[in-house]
Amino acid sequence: MLELHSVTAGYDRRAPVFRDVSLTVGAGESVGLLGPSGCGKSTLARVAALLHRPDAGRVVLDGTEVRAWRHRAPRAQRTAVGVVFQQPRLSADPRLRLADLVAEPLRATGRRGEIPARLAELLPAVGLTDDLLGRRPHEVSDGQLQRACLARALVLRPRWLVCDEMTAMLDASTTAALVAAVESYRAETGAGLLAVGHDRVLLKRWCDRTVEWAGPNGAGEPVKALAGG
Amino acid sequence: MTAPDAHLVRALEAVTAERAADAVLSVRGLTVRFRMRGGRSVAAVTDADFDLAAGECLALVGESGCGKSVLASALLGLLPGNAETRGTALLAAPDDAEHPTVDLLAADERTLARTVRGRRIGLVPQSPAAHLTPVRTVRAHLEETVRALTGTPRRERRAAAEAAAERAAFPAGHLDRHPHELSGGLAQRAATALALIGDAPLLLADEPTTGLDRELVDRTADELRRQADRGKALLLITHDLAAARRVADRVAVMYAGRIVEIAPAARFFGESGPRHPYARGLLDALPEREFTPIPGLPPELTDLPEGCAFAPRCAGADAACAAPPEFLAGVACHHPLGASRA
Ligand code: SF4
Repeated sequence: MLELHSVTAGYDRRAPVFRDVSLTVGAGESVGLLGPSGCGKSTLARVAALLHRPDAGRVVLDGTEVRAWRHRAPRAQRTAVGVVFQQPRLSADPRLRLADLVAEPLRATGRRGEIPARLAELLPAVGLTDDLLGRRPHEVSDGQLQRACLARALVLRPRWLVCDEMTAMLDASTTAALVAAVESYRAETGAGLLAVGHDRVLLKRWCDRTVEWAGPNGAGEPVKALAGG
Repeated sequence: MTAPDAHLVRALEAVTAERAADAVLSVRGLTVRFRMRGGRSVAAVTDADFDLAAGECLALVGESGCGKSVLASALLGLLPGNAETRGTALLAAPDDAEHPTVDLLAADERTLARTVRGRRIGLVPQSPAAHLTPVRTVRAHLEETVRALTGTPRRERRAAAEAAAERAAFPAGHLDRHPHELSGGLAQRAATALALIGDAPLLLADEPTTGLDRELVDRTADELRRQADRGKALLLITHDLAAARRVADRVAVMYAGRIVEIAPAARFFGESGPRHPYARGLLDALPEREFTPIPGLPPELTDLPEGCAFAPRCAGADAACAAPPEFLAGVACHHPLGASRA
């Protein structure tokens, strides 16, 4: 289970982006978190992906409480969660060829030997072809780069996947292709999913259940609570 | 279906010819090539033809990399130095004796900068926040643009700026805010207000709804529609079919640098649906429809096949598709889908 209990987070302790939010994703479950832009759901996605330390509250990953975030998180926890963001151009190192971009987490965890086999498996699954592997991000389209970012998120076989507006910039066919790739990975591995977004039609079609980001969302007012859970 | 009968084709061409006479923008054979190192060439746009009349919205849809943004940059004269452009793009101003028809592809940068961009073509940009200077308020942006584009005397600029804000439904109470103090929706309206100041007959909106919530997408789309209803010609470039559906009178679908179908929006989104297999696949991929992707990836623009560029991904491909399909009766396909296959 991926559990967030009464989490408060933001970038300024005096004015958190949201307060006291709780959310649980069961093992193998897919949950869509729906909310308007600016409501703090991207910050919540970063907390759930262990990339942003909350100001208060607890995060429990498969029964173990998370006590450290980002590179300080223990490797076993860090590698249990894969994450894909909205804008591939902001999250992909522009100097890396796509093959290196996808393989980078394997390299960083000392598993170079697995690279060829894992790439051979993953690239067809996300719909990337060999001729694209030698390209750098500026030489491919947004859709192709996002396919590579998804492959990178899956390369360590995470038990959890957090997708923050993964398809917001993409056309309908690429969106359907990326969702299909996530779902076949989940069918194969039993991984759980937290998909954060604003597209109700998409998340309702994609996820087992959806949760509404509740509370007022006026200028600068923090969101108070989250329904469901 | 076999080739459409000659009678029908002639009738359609007659309609097109009539439209061309009062078109604000008339694009013929627009082709863009990027010269790359090693003698390679990227076929970014090939032989695009379309007309756009006053009061009409044409949505140009397709996936990223299909050439739609390059086409927009070509119209604005904003292509990089290694681009080669062919064809014509005539921008007319029928009621305006001062501004003769100009070919956007042939005009020099000075003409484009001084008389076209902002004045005869208003640009609604993709990321409004990036378009606005962070240290200046919305009011300062508007007044500066009023000064630059219109002959408004200094003491009237404030009122002119407020009027521009109102036209784009930007709330007067937020005029003294800085760009970072605006929500995504308000930043988009500020950018739209700026685009409207020059009172250009043609508005070009390049992915104006990217990253916005559905509610804001709808609102932005409706505001653009209002501009078309006021008589602007609106070219909307988008990957968002829902936004296109909300605004467009006609839809043009681009694939691998070519316009493969142009259809009335009502038919395209309605029961009979698109006739080009790629356009049909794009629509079927929507989560409210089949939610199935089109198999495969688009071809490399450096290495396009001889025949139909969609053939490797098309279920209906046969031997005929090894030859390039002509654009006939609104669709470039050897075997366009009929209503019976909907
Ligand atoms: S020309 Fe042939 S391959 Fe191309 S879209 Fe039509 S049927 Fe498919």
